[in-house]
Formats: sequence, structure tokens, C-alpha cells
Amino acid sequence: MSESESRLKKFLKPVLTVLIKDLRSELRTRYAMSALLMFIISTISIVVFSIGGGTTRIDVLSGMLWVVIFFSSMSGLSRTFVTEEERGTSMTLQLLAPPGVILFGKLLFNTLLTISMNILAVGLYGFLLSEFIIKTTGLFWLTVLLGSIGLASSATIIAAIIAKANTKGPLFPVLALPLLLPLLVVVIDMTRLSAEGGTITEALGEFQFLIAYIVVNVTASSMLFGYIWKD
Amino acid sequence: MEKLITAIDLKKEFNRRVIFQRISFSLAVGETLLITGKNGSGKSTLMKVIAHVLTPTHGTFIFGGDTSEGSYPHSRLGFVSPYLNLYDELSARENLIFALSIRGLDHQRFPIDELLDRTGLARFKNSPLRVFSSGMKQRLKYAFALIHNPSILLLDEPMSNLDSEGKDLVRQLMAAQSERGALIIATNDANEVEEYTTMVNLDVRV
Repeated sequence: MSESESRLKKFLKPVLTVLIKDLRSELRTRYAMSALLMFIISTISIVVFSIGGGTTRIDVLSGMLWVVIFFSSMSGLSRTFVTEEERGTSMTLQLLAPPGVILFGKLLFNTLLTISMNILAVGLYGFLLSEFIIKTTGLFWLTVLLGSIGLASSATIIAAIIAKANTKGPLFPVLALPLLLPLLVVVIDMTRLSAEGGTITEALGEFQFLIAYIVVNVTASSMLFGYIWKD
Repeated sequence: MEKLITAIDLKKEFNRRVIFQRISFSLAVGETLLITGKNGSGKSTLMKVIAHVLTPTHGTFIFGGDTSEGSYPHSRLGFVSPYLNLYDELSARENLIFALSIRGLDHQRFPIDELLDRTGLARFKNSPLRVFSSGMKQRLKYAFALIHNPSILLLDEPMSNLDSEGKDLVRQLMAAQSERGALIIATNDANEVEEYTTMVNLDVRV
């Protein structure tokens, strides 16, 4: 095994340990899952009651889907660092591992949580709003996947910042909106395109943007996190 | 004798207020550093700086012969502190497995059950911590700090929340640690520590 492979393996084991710990904690406490689920159900219900039954344009339906996803994420994804602060376990993590391990463990957890919750949100949205028909499913699910990863990558670093602040709850969407706005504009457009039957080739530019967005976010987060996490 | 830890000219400030400064020490196997001072004198802050939980405003550490900048000593240190909490939703055993795995260590190579037995928690090893009393949690903190065989054990107010049986256990653990590594103890009751090599009194430092 080469030295770089060995170093990667040494880095990945602690990262996966943080992920497994968070998954186990979440399954037992359901802090983030309950918040996300409640938000998904309540916001979709409001959308159904307000625009369901009539004829609604597909671009409006595409936008509403991501509004549901955005606000649901805001309610649940901040929990990953806030619960560590509230329970007084941040110091335990600081003692046990370097900041990079914690960041990537939390990022993986938030990504898994976002993807699974978004699949549920999309399923429920499509089931309750019969007008929301996707013609290019491959393009749509790729959009949901990359959108979820992008959302989680931004939400994780913002969660780390607000966990250290005195006013945690209201600060999260305030900081997240400007960072997530470019992502939301692109994924809404791609969702509309997939509903209108557009092809993946037509959306290549948008895919490049989403991948670049994720790479920039993760790189910037890994550079900043050490300063946010300590002191 | 090779030094396990050397601290050079440590200083910590919060909002331009100096908590402590000009702290230097070095410890080898079998040596104990006692940190004393009144409440609010900065004992816990100094312990957090030594544990690398806080970054010093000035100063540096050398662990063993490792002088590389930014080296992370998480496998060399064990820390017991009132500010350090464990995961209530995990069992005692799961907390210890977590402490090993996150350091990249194979938990099957470490005597988890034996240590839980030694700290009097064997019967509760699969119970979530939320059902533990504060004394039981304090005992588990010792197991958590010792499970990876650290060369340096940091104890902040080591006797807090413990009954007389628990205090005896802590004395035994401290004696065992002295044989294989170094001890750093912060307390405002110096009588708790029978023997020490070096003392830092934070009341007279700043």
C-alpha cells in the first residue's frame, strides 16, 4: 500500500467513526430527523392546500419543491453542531480528533440525512401534487442528488459557525440564504428542465456549476473549519 | 530521561485579558505536575490548552521528541474534566469504542470490558449514559481518558462528584498512571495530591 493510500485510510476511519456515531445518536434521539420530517410534511401540506387542485405552471411547482427542501434543511441540518454544543460534547470531539476529521464526519452525516430526506420530500410532493410530472427522471434525480450534496456542504459549515453563537436558530437561515441562493436558482431551473423533458446534455453547464459549487464549498470549509472549531 | 511533554512559555488571553502567562514545564515518566489556584485563576483554561482543546495565545509544546509544528497529540493525552461530557444516548461501552475508533485505533485490541470492570461499571456497560448517576459518569470519564493508554493523563478537579470508594479508585488509577507515564493535576485542594514533582500556582503567576 502506498503512503498516500495509507494516510487516506488513516483519515477515513476516524471520519467514518464520527459518521457512525452521529447516525447512531440520531436514530436514538431523532433530533434532526423529527425537525426535518415535520417541516417537510407541514410545508408540503401548505403547498397542496394553496395551489393543489388548480392548474399550476411547472416552473412554479419546481420552485415550490426547492422552497420546501430549503426550509426543511434549515430546520434540521443546523442540529449537527448545535447538539454537540448543547450537550457539552464539543470539547470531547476537540480532544479526540483533528478538526478535519470532525468536519468531514459531520459533512457525510448531513449529506446522507439531506439525500434521504429529500428523496422522501420529492416522493411526497409528487404523490400529493399530481401536476408535478417529471419527463426526464435521470436529469431530475441527478439534480436532487447534487442539490442535496451542495445544500449539505453549505449547511455544515454554517452550522459550525452558528453553534458558537448565542442566537443559534434565527442565524442559520440568515447566513444560509445568500450562500445557497445561487445553488437554489440552478437546481430550480434544472428541475423545470427535467419536467419539460430536457436532456442531460442541455444541462451540462448547470452540472458543471453544481460540481464547482460543491468543490469550492468543501475546500473553503476545510480551510476555515479549524479556526471556527477551536476557541 | 526523555521528556513526554515540554511546554514552553505558555500564555492565554481572552479579549486582551491575560489568564496566565510565562508557564513552562516538562514532564518525564513518573513525574506529576500540580496546578493550583483559586476559583477563576485559570486552572481549567491551562488544562484545556495543554489538552489542545484551546490554542495558546503564545507558547508551544513538544511531545516526546516530536518537534513538528501542528502535530496533533490526541493519542498521547487522556483528559478528565468537569467540562468534558460523554454521549448520553450511547452506552458506556459504545462511548469507549468511539474514543478508540476516532483516534484510528482498533477497539478489539484494547481491554474495554476489563477497564469498565475496574471502574465498577461492568454491570452497566450496555446501559445508555442517561441512566447513569453523576458519580458513575465521572467513573466513566476516567475509563474514557485511560482506554487508549495515554502517556500523559490530565485530571481537572479529579475528585469531584466521587464518593469515598470512587476517590480510592482514582488514587489507584493515578498511581498506575505514574508508573507508565506522566500526570497533570489541576485542583484547588492541594491535599488531594500526595506527591508531585512540579507545581504551578496560578494565584502568583499573573
